Amino acid sequence: MNLSKDETAILAGSRGSGAARAMEILAALGRIGGAEDMVEVESVQVSGVSFRNIGIHGLRFLQEWAGQGSKAVVPAYMNPGGADRRLWKALGLPEDFVDKQERVIKALLGLGIKPTLTCTPYHAAPRPKLGDHLAWSESSAVCYANSVIGARTNREGGPSAIAAALTGRTPRHTLHTDAGRLPTTVVEVGCPVPNVSDAGALGYLTGQLLAHDPRGGIPFLRGVEAPADVTREAWLKALGAAMAASGSVGLFHLEGVTPEAAASGPELMAAAARRVKVESLEQARRELFSAKGRPDVVAFGCPHASLDELKRLEALFGGRRASVPVWVFTAEAVRRKAEKSGMAGRLAACGATLVADTCIVVAPLAEMGIKNVATDSAKAAFYLPSHQGVGVCFESQEAAVEAAVAGGPFFGSKAPEEAAPQSSRPAGSGA
Amino acid sequence: MKGRLISKGAARGPVLKSEAPLGFFGHLDPETGVYKEAGHPLDGRCVKGAVLVFPRAKGSTVGSYILYALRQTGNAPAAMVLRECDTITAVGAIIGGIPAVDQVDISKLHDGAEVMVADGSVTEA
Repeated sequence: MNLSKDETAILAGSRGSGAARAMEILAALGRIGGAEDMVEVESVQVSGVSFRNIGIHGLRFLQEWAGQGSKAVVPAYMNPGGADRRLWKALGLPEDFVDKQERVIKALLGLGIKPTLTCTPYHAAPRPKLGDHLAWSESSAVCYANSVIGARTNREGGPSAIAAALTGRTPRHTLHTDAGRLPTTVVEVGCPVPNVSDAGALGYLTGQLLAHDPRGGIPFLRGVEAPADVTREAWLKALGAAMAASGSVGLFHLEGVTPEAAASGPELMAAAARRVKVESLEQARRELFSAKGRPDVVAFGCPHASLDELKRLEALFGGRRASVPVWVFTAEAVRRKAEKSGMAGRLAACGATLVADTCIVVAPLAEMGIKNVATDSAKAAFYLPSHQGVGVCFESQEAAVEAAVAGGPFFGSKAPEEAAPQSSRPAGSGA
Repeated sequence: MKGRLISKGAARGPVLKSEAPLGFFGHLDPETGVYKEAGHPLDGRCVKGAVLVFPRAKGSTVGSYILYALRQTGNAPAAMVLRECDTITAVGAIIGGIPAVDQVDISKLHDGAEVMVADGSVTEA
């Protein structure tokens, strides 16, 4: 691995001991990844923010690193933490947890990381451009940036992303290189994928099919149309988020849609070593259903909702009021816009609360008394049972809104039910 | 044996070897240094002061912080030798200040043997 004069100096401590430690981490990761050199990054996104995930040892490490005095030299953004910094009391979060969460945020602020607290920095901060090199770590953000935007980032961990922030560099390998972005598998889709939760189901199955591909699976999807309407971006976001969760996928190509596939689809396809087919989403709907009882809350915004998604949700409610609590997770920057325009107030009147700085996957749900959740997110449906011991009704946003307004049944009379055989449904999951 | 440098420094100790990957998060207790995973070759063994020899890590990336925590509690292994180092172990070794080397033929290292790890190489002590 070749370090430039500058990088060698940083390693030797020219920018302080915090940056030297950062460069030591990057150099080791570069050797492991087979990088020849470092590349400068435009921005950084740091995961490992929720106290629930990193625990007391992670907090102490961040405090120690911040104490070394080095700060981010490129724009760097925090992933969600475990608590809404404004609404935590109303949402029933324990004060002790919120206090520890604030200590993590303070340590990261000390490292010069911005408290965006979102998994969608592309909604809450300047959107990266095609070909930009980044060091992002939240898995759905990585997949979106690589696939939909055509920027270039590996799947960073918390410490390696911070290291990139403190030095402005990351080792150039894998998804930073043309060769490392070639697809491993062509996925022929033989069923309709009309709405956002369907895209999540397809992503979940794609991730499963590619989980064991060498060098990390990169699918080239064909035979499926992304919606042309306002749901297009959410659809692409849900597709990537689910395959990142189930198969650690950091990049997908979608024929005619994602920038690299649109520019050179046939060449990309020729590079894939194998072909698989997805003929139905039914298996995903079955496996992602884990509710053990009536949902305590309906959760949207995994990944965090954009302003367009909030507008659409408002239209789906059409002024009607939900009889089950509805949480819509988003970035604080997006929530403030929605508050300013009056949309947040109108959603609140429908029983939908905008929750920021955290998400359904990393919030301490058990402490909040949540046992079952209804969601349109395949990513959330994948993680909640194993990470939180929470059961999930996975269904479309349209169906979940209708159920929330009617007070149930969830997974009831709408489209998703046709795909879910009666026998596979746990007792008591509905009304 | 010459390997690839992952984390700098020199240390010696007795080999504690696992042919199976290690999952630091959830299995290795920083307060005691004891590895707990039913059916795992290191189940019940303490890593403190040992030269930990294993193929690679598995599981959560939060595992890096466990290696850091072991250093804080005084229960860290003296050094680590891997077949092919992963990013969890590399980051953990550097932030925990634990010397580490990989791309070593670990079949030649036997449990209990006293070895020295120094800047990318492993020698019998």
